[in-house]
Amino acid sequence: MSKNNILLSINKLSVSIDDKPILRDLSLQVAAGEVHAIMGPNGSGKSTLAQVLAGREGYEVSGEVSYLGEDLLDLSPEERAWRGLFLAFQYPVEIPGVNNVYLLKAALNAQRKYRGEAPLDAFEFLTVIQEKMKLMQIDESFLNRSVNAGFSGCEKKRNEILQMVVLEPRLAVLDETDSGLDIDAMKIVANGVNTMRDPERAIVLVTHYQRLLDYIKPDKVHVLADGQIVRSGGPELALKLEEKGYDWLRQEAVSA
Amino acid sequence: MSKQNQELEKFVGGQYKHGFVTDIQSDTIPPGLDESVVRLVSKKKKEPEFMLDWRLQAFAHWQTMETPVWAHVHYPPIDFQEISYFSAPKTPDDAPRSLDEVDPKLLETYDKLGIPLHERARLAGVAVDAVFDSVSVATTFKAKLAESGVIFCPFSEAVREHPALLEQYLGSVVPYADNFYACLNSTVFTDGSFVFIPKGVRCPMELSTYFRINEAKTGQFERTLIIAEEGSHVSYLEGCTAPMRDENQLHAAVVELIALDDARIKYATVQNWYPGDAEGRGGIYNFVTKRGDCRGDNSHISWTQVETGSAITWKYPSCILRGDHSVGEFYSVAVTNNLQQADTGTKMIHIGKNTKSTIISKGISAGRASTAYRGLVKVLTGATGARNFTQCDSLLMGDRCAAHTFPYIEVKEPDAQIEHEATTSKIGEDELFYCRQRGIEEEDAVNMIVNGFCKEVFKELPMEFAVEAQNLLAVSLEGAVG
Repeated sequence: MSKNNILLSINKLSVSIDDKPILRDLSLQVAAGEVHAIMGPNGSGKSTLAQVLAGREGYEVSGEVSYLGEDLLDLSPEERAWRGLFLAFQYPVEIPGVNNVYLLKAALNAQRKYRGEAPLDAFEFLTVIQEKMKLMQIDESFLNRSVNAGFSGCEKKRNEILQMVVLEPRLAVLDETDSGLDIDAMKIVANGVNTMRDPERAIVLVTHYQRLLDYIKPDKVHVLADGQIVRSGGPELALKLEEKGYDWLRQEAVSA
Repeated sequence: MSKQNQELEKFVGGQYKHGFVTDIQSDTIPPGLDESVVRLVSKKKKEPEFMLDWRLQAFAHWQTMETPVWAHVHYPPIDFQEISYFSAPKTPDDAPRSLDEVDPKLLETYDKLGIPLHERARLAGVAVDAVFDSVSVATTFKAKLAESGVIFCPFSEAVREHPALLEQYLGSVVPYADNFYACLNSTVFTDGSFVFIPKGVRCPMELSTYFRINEAKTGQFERTLIIAEEGSHVSYLEGCTAPMRDENQLHAAVVELIALDDARIKYATVQNWYPGDAEGRGGIYNFVTKRGDCRGDNSHISWTQVETGSAITWKYPSCILRGDHSVGEFYSVAVTNNLQQADTGTKMIHIGKNTKSTIISKGISAGRASTAYRGLVKVLTGATGARNFTQCDSLLMGDRCAAHTFPYIEVKEPDAQIEHEATTSKIGEDELFYCRQRGIEEEDAVNMIVNGFCKEVFKELPMEFAVEAQNLLAVSLEGAVG
């Protein structure tokens, strides 16, 4: 597959809540095989972008978003998931009484159903998940615990990445997955993400800090400020940000 | 209210599927209650003298009582003179001996309810004592039960056939003077179920009764009495559903359970009476007194209930832990939607030594409904070594419903161990969005979340009932309920 095979194409996306603009005329192209990092200060609209891509309701949205040649904004959240769009949540929810293994099996089988594949039975599913759990260094007892209930922040984030590696999405959007991780967990999470790198798959990392990018090397780095991409570049851009802070770009934008 | 919440309400606010009225001529006496009505009911049931005397005593006492107002429910006052106290489907004078003799219209009704009596009873190995309005019309598997000495029959039959057992046990757990509605029931009860499990017998099958209210303005006053002698075991299932009606129907049942030494009674209810329409019109008033007496040492009584219906539910299945080492359990799921109100819970009265009780209560509120848990744990003087564990969880769907918890704890022994845990959570947009982002459709996501919430209670239900309960909650079979 060529590098110009565009998975996600965002064209002049504007998003607001209660008439308060959050994203303004944002455009972004993500090709298969690429890893993009979207960085930016708090309140710049990073998480809103992730939520809107996943289909969260409650936003006023205009512009065009095309995903695998379809109008993404026209699809419900589950329809986007079936087409391989995955969001690792910044704040994963707790669902008491529902086992992790059950949620994940239901999710995988819903997506298989869309692809016209037979559902996995309990045994087949267990085989799949055990391998992925090893990769994420998650204990087996985890399977029968309720979804995120009583999990530490770190466990929740690892659970998100476990779900990602089981569901094997075409486009994974990771919303501040690195926040709340200690250094060991960061390495495990990064390892999980890196195994997902594939010529047919794209990954969008939304992050506040450069730290994660030491472990997951992005192809492209974008800086979001006040709802717009103010600068795009390679991995060196992230390093420069780390050194100079976001104010550097802001000042540049003002003086420009 | 957000769009999501509206969709949630649309989903949970599905039309009552069992709303229809069977066109059967009923032998109904005019509304009103006086001594002559009590005598007439007793006469129509061909009761022996002691039964009539008991009813009359109850009636005399009832006239001195006032309707209770302490529950967290609101409704206009009930005019007890507006209610007809007897209604029986017109069938030949002799009760039918087999299904062939049963009015086909009745069987049709059961079919609509998804209870093909013969099929289901045969396949599931369940004996069904089907109550249509107030008179039992069909009883199956009687012979097989009789072989093991088990008596499972309509209450009115037991009054005639087993008067000695009735005289000994009737009212021994819930005396007629116990409360207003129990007293009314004692006055005018028409039928119900009677179960007797003799010493040492494990009942060979689950016993099951389906209740159904049909006549408008007909109060339903069921009476159930279950006696488990020493070392016996029985599991009893009760299921209810009622037709669409634009008028409130009063239901005031009484259930008495008696467990002697080493006996075990498991009593499960799935209740799906008409809850009224979205504006709260119509719907059943369900004011029930259910109480189990762990009379013998090492006896064990377990209540499991799934309450989805009724406009108003007022119900506290309770255990009196009289025998030493006796065990009482209460597992409950109460679902309220639209304008439904439920005030339900349990009482655990520890009297014997080293008694133990467990209370797991799950309340789900949606629409503008209100659910209250009201529970009493009482440890009397002399009840040393008593233990109780209570867990009360509430799940709110949408943002206009309410959940309340009223726990009462009275302890007279210093070594008692009482634990109470309570949580309130909400199915919000966040949980739904999370599931949908994983590819799970909205309805399935709601089912999954509700099902997970109720898991601890559903696992206490017998298999076939657990399925029904899940269907009632629109929960898919596979999955979180193992």
